Amino acid sequence: MTIEKPVEKPGGISWYGLPLGVVGVVIGFALGIWIGHRVDDKFTWFADTGQNDFGILLAYVLSTIGLMVGLGFLDHPVRRMAGQRPALSVKSEGGLGRYFKMSVDHKVIGLQYLFGIAVFFFIGGLNAMLIRTELLRPSPPVFSPGQYLTIVGMHSTMMVMMVSSIILGPFGHYFVPLMIGARRMAFPRLESLSFWLLMYGAIVLMTAMSYGGFPTGWTGYPPLATQANAGMDAYIFAFFLTAVAMILNAINMMATIIGMRAPGLTWGRLPIFVWGMLTTSVLMLLGPPMLIAALFMEVLDRLGSTSFFTAAGGGSPFLYENLFWFFGHPEVYILALPGFALVLEVLPVFCRKPLWGYRVAVAGLVGVTLLSFMVWQHHLFMSGINSSLRPFYMFTTELISVPTGFVFLAAMGTIWRAKIRFTVPMLFALAFFFNFLIGGVSGVFLSDVPSDVTLHGSYFVMAHFHYTIMGGLVFAFFAGFYYWHPKMTGVELNETLGKVHFWLMFVAFNSTFLPLFALGMMGMPRRVSTYAPHLQFLNDWVSVSAYILGFSLVIFLANWMWSLVVVRRRATANPWNARGLEWQLPTPVPAENFPRIPTFLSGPYEYGNPSPTPLVQYEPGPAVAGD
Amino acid sequence: MIWVVLSVIGVLLVFFALKPHMPPGNVSHQSADQTETNTVIAAIMTPIGVGVIAFLVYAVIVFRAREGDEEDGPYTKDNGRVQRTWILVTLAIVLGLAIYGTDELLSASAGIAGVGGGQGPTLIRSAPAGSLQVQVIAQQWAFTYRYPQYGDIETTTLALPVNRPVIFNVTSIDVIHSFWAYQLGVKIDAVPGTNNTAGTTATHTGLFDIRCAELCGLWHGAMSAKGEVLTPSAFTSWIHVQQAHQPAPNTMPPHAKTYFPDPNDRAG
Repeated sequence: MTIEKPVEKPGGISWYGLPLGVVGVVIGFALGIWIGHRVDDKFTWFADTGQNDFGILLAYVLSTIGLMVGLGFLDHPVRRMAGQRPALSVKSEGGLGRYFKMSVDHKVIGLQYLFGIAVFFFIGGLNAMLIRTELLRPSPPVFSPGQYLTIVGMHSTMMVMMVSSIILGPFGHYFVPLMIGARRMAFPRLESLSFWLLMYGAIVLMTAMSYGGFPTGWTGYPPLATQANAGMDAYIFAFFLTAVAMILNAINMMATIIGMRAPGLTWGRLPIFVWGMLTTSVLMLLGPPMLIAALFMEVLDRLGSTSFFTAAGGGSPFLYENLFWFFGHPEVYILALPGFALVLEVLPVFCRKPLWGYRVAVAGLVGVTLLSFMVWQHHLFMSGINSSLRPFYMFTTELISVPTGFVFLAAMGTIWRAKIRFTVPMLFALAFFFNFLIGGVSGVFLSDVPSDVTLHGSYFVMAHFHYTIMGGLVFAFFAGFYYWHPKMTGVELNETLGKVHFWLMFVAFNSTFLPLFALGMMGMPRRVSTYAPHLQFLNDWVSVSAYILGFSLVIFLANWMWSLVVVRRRATANPWNARGLEWQLPTPVPAENFPRIPTFLSGPYEYGNPSPTPLVQYEPGPAVAGD
Repeated sequence: MIWVVLSVIGVLLVFFALKPHMPPGNVSHQSADQTETNTVIAAIMTPIGVGVIAFLVYAVIVFRAREGDEEDGPYTKDNGRVQRTWILVTLAIVLGLAIYGTDELLSASAGIAGVGGGQGPTLIRSAPAGSLQVQVIAQQWAFTYRYPQYGDIETTTLALPVNRPVIFNVTSIDVIHSFWAYQLGVKIDAVPGTNNTAGTTATHTGLFDIRCAELCGLWHGAMSAKGEVLTPSAFTSWIHVQQAHQPAPNTMPPHAKTYFPDPNDRAG
């Protein structure tokens, strides 16, 4: 077992990292504000606040550059230009310090994603608690209307930014190379860059509060966005950073999965989770460029006196709605596909059966990917589209339930005649199908134009997408979290607390969001801070359930921190007796992953096979050339 | 078997227990159509949902691993017949739903097609003769109504005659709003620079709720009002009262199909 270690030494740059990055942010931010005022001190849209959009945007740009330089992203290009020989990385560096700087180890980046996303996910969750506090009574309000809209916008934008990477970030980066038999991702530096861009995007979004917030929710529709104050710039720049991070992630994932599979890992043997990452990446590559274009035009409308979306100048707000949702609908499936793939990955392990209908499941993922670009107009059924097009988009939207049904079929086939082990990940995976069923069924109402007339823009929509995103994706995330945590950290979680977390969260989640369907049907619009008094009982019910839902996540956090920091019970290398390649590796996973690149001999789901073939062999067989 | 029993019970419940309460009611032809669609979809979705949940519950109870059973399950990988059946059935359901929805959308109900949703600059089927034209002008945070057939009078409250087709022309003078007359089954986005049309025919007199259904700034939540459906004679006298009060202090721009907000007018 010989591992070719990179000979490059880490010496000389160890003081790089997050502290220096923070310095870079401060310098960049101050410089941007200063230049902004220096160039044009009359450039203030708001005489009363003295806010200078140009300076603020410049500050965001320069501080992003400052952060990336401080974290060490310029090391490599500078060294190359100085004539030093290239070195991939220093993977052997240990300690906590490696989590606070640029890293080229996909396992470090996976853990960075896990903790980073957890932090901002909880901030987004606290915003949700504030929203439910406001809605405890129809009036008088707890927060001012501006504060309330900012809280709504922060919750929605933060959550969309975080959950778009909640599975691809931690689990995709950590496990895709391990599952396909690669030592690293195709572009390790881009991988790290995408993480830090996402994190800085979340921080930029939070600075919106100091510039008066933003009133538009996560959709950022002009002309409301054009007339909004400087907090809008924070939203635009944060979402822009997220979109860039998504594109970088997508390129990296696709290159890795297509190009770096170990010998013998044919497309028919690829774990379904890797298929999910691949299809998600296709969406992430093609959707966000449209968002960047839309946001760029919005910035120009705000700063550059253009009028893409200003009706008075010949522009059209409806154009923005189309551009946004052409990104926005694939984004919805960027959130759904990883969940599908993850639960299908977890089910066979605890059913002790092969994944039933593997090809159907793959066809489902691919079918959703293709169809998701043809349905965006269903967000705009009432917005003034040429009405003869509405039946077409109604049909494509309903058609997407066919490939989604494939995923359900694969799951139901896998469960049939299985030997189900009710571990915590399995409970979350089963709950995923219950929740997503309700989400999907309610989606049929919204796809049908006559029903949608009433339900559009109401709480019904809100309940629908929380069932698919929170009940679907987040439940799938927890399935993956409890499933893979022993491998990622080498520490076992407390199973009893895990089950308490599951049941409390499952019951509280349904108790929170089922009444919202009724509220929507009774005519409560989204994003309101006041509502009709006769809706108060249901709203109070929802608020109390939401607090319990929040409390269940506190239990989760307590379990996680207690197990990780205090108890630290060592996990065995393969606690679930799973067949996936990632479980055949020792815990903690060695820096270079494999002693040598393995050769796959069979697929990962051969549970119950009476004459099993080993999954991989490390000595190259006679038929396999190279490595 | 369990599934059949539960599905039959569920569908019957949908039609007899749920239908009278199904929104948005039957105050207009359009809302009655929507209520019917909602009921039909609920009836189709009930057996599907019940089926999957019954399957899950059955599987979880019957196929759980017993205490001390460490063996793997059977080695079954797929079943072509089941898969083909599933694909054909789901496709058939989807096609049926799409055809039903398209038919509801395109067929005229009391002369007006489109079930109350915003139809863009022109109606998909031309409006019947004698229909009432109403222009709805949205702004932060109120709606103003104009009746071009009655001397272009301008009101801050909405009144409509019963049993007469009404065509709404909706636009906005600042940001995007959405005109939602809940009981009438009407929802039309108000987009600056766009004339968005839709129609309805009210069949019952009485009050109805009007709300803004698109986030439009600070007081979006408070942008609501009441409208009223009147008998033809009451509507005529209401119009006379309104005409007597014209010209009201007029802050609105002169009559046009669409309005273009001033980009430099930032409300903050």
